[in-house]
Amino acid sequence: MMPLLSTQDLQAFWLTLRLAATVTAVLLLLGTPLAWWLAQTRSRWQRPVAAVIALPLVLPPTVLGFYLLMLLGPQGAVGRLIAAMGLSALPFTFGGLVVGSVLYSLPFVVQPLNNAFEAIGARPLEVAACLRASPWDRFFSIACPMALPGFITAAVLGFAHTMGEFGVVLMIGGNIPGQTRVLSMRIFDHVEAGEYSQAHTLSLCLLVFSFAALLAMSLLRPRRVERG
Amino acid sequence: MAERRAPNLRERDDPRGLEATLAWRRGQLAIELNIALPPRGITALFGPSGAGKTSCLRAIAGLDRDSAGTASLGDEVWQDSTRHVFVPPHRRRLGYVTQEASLFVHRSVAGNLDYGYRRAGQPKHIDRDALIDQFGLRALLGRRVDALSGGERQRVAIVRALLSDPSLLLFDEPLSALDATARNDLLGRLESLHATLAVPMIYVSHAIEEVARLADYLVLLDAGHVVAQGALQATLTRLDLPAALTEAVGAVIEGTVVGHDAHDHLTELAFAGGTLFVPRRGDVLGQRLRCRIGARDVVLTHERQTGSSALNQIRACVIAMADADHPSQCLVQLDAGGSVLLARITRRSWHALALVPGSAVWAQVKAVALGA
Repeated sequence: MMPLLSTQDLQAFWLTLRLAATVTAVLLLLGTPLAWWLAQTRSRWQRPVAAVIALPLVLPPTVLGFYLLMLLGPQGAVGRLIAAMGLSALPFTFGGLVVGSVLYSLPFVVQPLNNAFEAIGARPLEVAACLRASPWDRFFSIACPMALPGFITAAVLGFAHTMGEFGVVLMIGGNIPGQTRVLSMRIFDHVEAGEYSQAHTLSLCLLVFSFAALLAMSLLRPRRVERG
Repeated sequence: MAERRAPNLRERDDPRGLEATLAWRRGQLAIELNIALPPRGITALFGPSGAGKTSCLRAIAGLDRDSAGTASLGDEVWQDSTRHVFVPPHRRRLGYVTQEASLFVHRSVAGNLDYGYRRAGQPKHIDRDALIDQFGLRALLGRRVDALSGGERQRVAIVRALLSDPSLLLFDEPLSALDATARNDLLGRLESLHATLAVPMIYVSHAIEEVARLADYLVLLDAGHVVAQGALQATLTRLDLPAALTEAVGAVIEGTVVGHDAHDHLTELAFAGGTLFVPRRGDVLGQRLRCRIGARDVVLTHERQTGSSALNQIRACVIAMADADHPSQCLVQLDAGGSVLLARITRRSWHALALVPGSAVWAQVKAVALGA
């Protein structure tokens, strides 16, 4: 009997985990200030910026991937900038995958964080200000702890969403073993080759993982605190 | 009308308290705050709902930045619009307590108390333990704040503000969301706090009873404007206040507890104009006590009555009379041995008694009306 997962499958599995972990970390670092800005600002740019961040929700991933490829490629503006800095090109590398995935999953992290920050309301932050807390201090001592459920949701959604992405990976990552061949690509390969049982195993892995992630998210969420 | 300064309230070399000349709009209401407060004691910011009291407090705290003008506390300039000076709230050393306690739900009671205390550098002159005991929080320190009652939450919020070593306390109707029992308990604690308070406090309220018991100085606000400010007793017995405030007018008598009648549960209070019986408040002899005599609760007679249920009869002399907010009534200002009283009576009675400024009268006050 064949092993449940081939070496190549396992390689894709670990690569996907590594990608998801990296992307989640980057997303939290990037999404937190963005979400905070969106929740606090009264700028007229707030809505346009929010719309741009939400774009991947409705945009076909292939479209996003295509534009990224154009932008990051040797002829693209960013690609030329990167080349001028003496760095290697991003498309068809793990780094390129991270960039694409971050953009693609950004709304899944920014929106729960933004909701969590907005739910805090102005009052606790004002009270903290009157207790001598500076804006940075208020952010770390009040906003972040109070938005903890939002951080959990954001991390889980960002991670799970990255685990399963396909379109962006296809466009910008290619299908290089150990580099950019993630689980969803591997499943696609199996199906194309008619290896339905292997595709089934991997798909089931992703399905179970996604369910476990969502379940963990709702279990980790602290009980709703009464106020008033 | 609005007074720019109240120089009679402080000596020339006294430190200055809060001085603010600020103007801004809040929706339809144009607010103009023009106050100069004493450097110590409690100033009540009193006025009907919608007068802009909370808005004023927020402007003083610097929480809303849309006001133009100047604000300073002592030598510290907090705001000067012409020089583009604006000190943010966290550098103003405030102690802000809001109507509904805004405790940090992710911190325990002790965590809440220490939030400002730590940031103030745990100053030596603040006795954390004494404050915790004074407000009965010792047993609550380890509790989650969402397990506290309304009164307990407010006590935590107040001590949290006091521990942050504030230079100005801003209390925005801290008792209004509480039930009567919790309100009375906290009012008593605030009264004892008043005696030891080293920093000025602005106390916003629309409950005149709280104001009468706590405040030394009064700023009356109506429709966004300061209509009067001055020492509490003098301001509350003025006859020229706008109609919206006439329900609040009345004398505030401060006296010394000279006796208790244990059998009838009464406390006897000596003040400049004589003595008053009030329902027993459980106070020690010699203690200073305040008592508000509402203008509605005073009956005027020519003679001292013998067959009357009114326990208190005070000899007084008519100073002046003014129209009340209803055409059938008038307000009579009385002098009782140096204490000013107000009586709201009908015009018919004024004429029937043939009263004129200078008339000698007896002011009768039911002790029942002087309940805490």
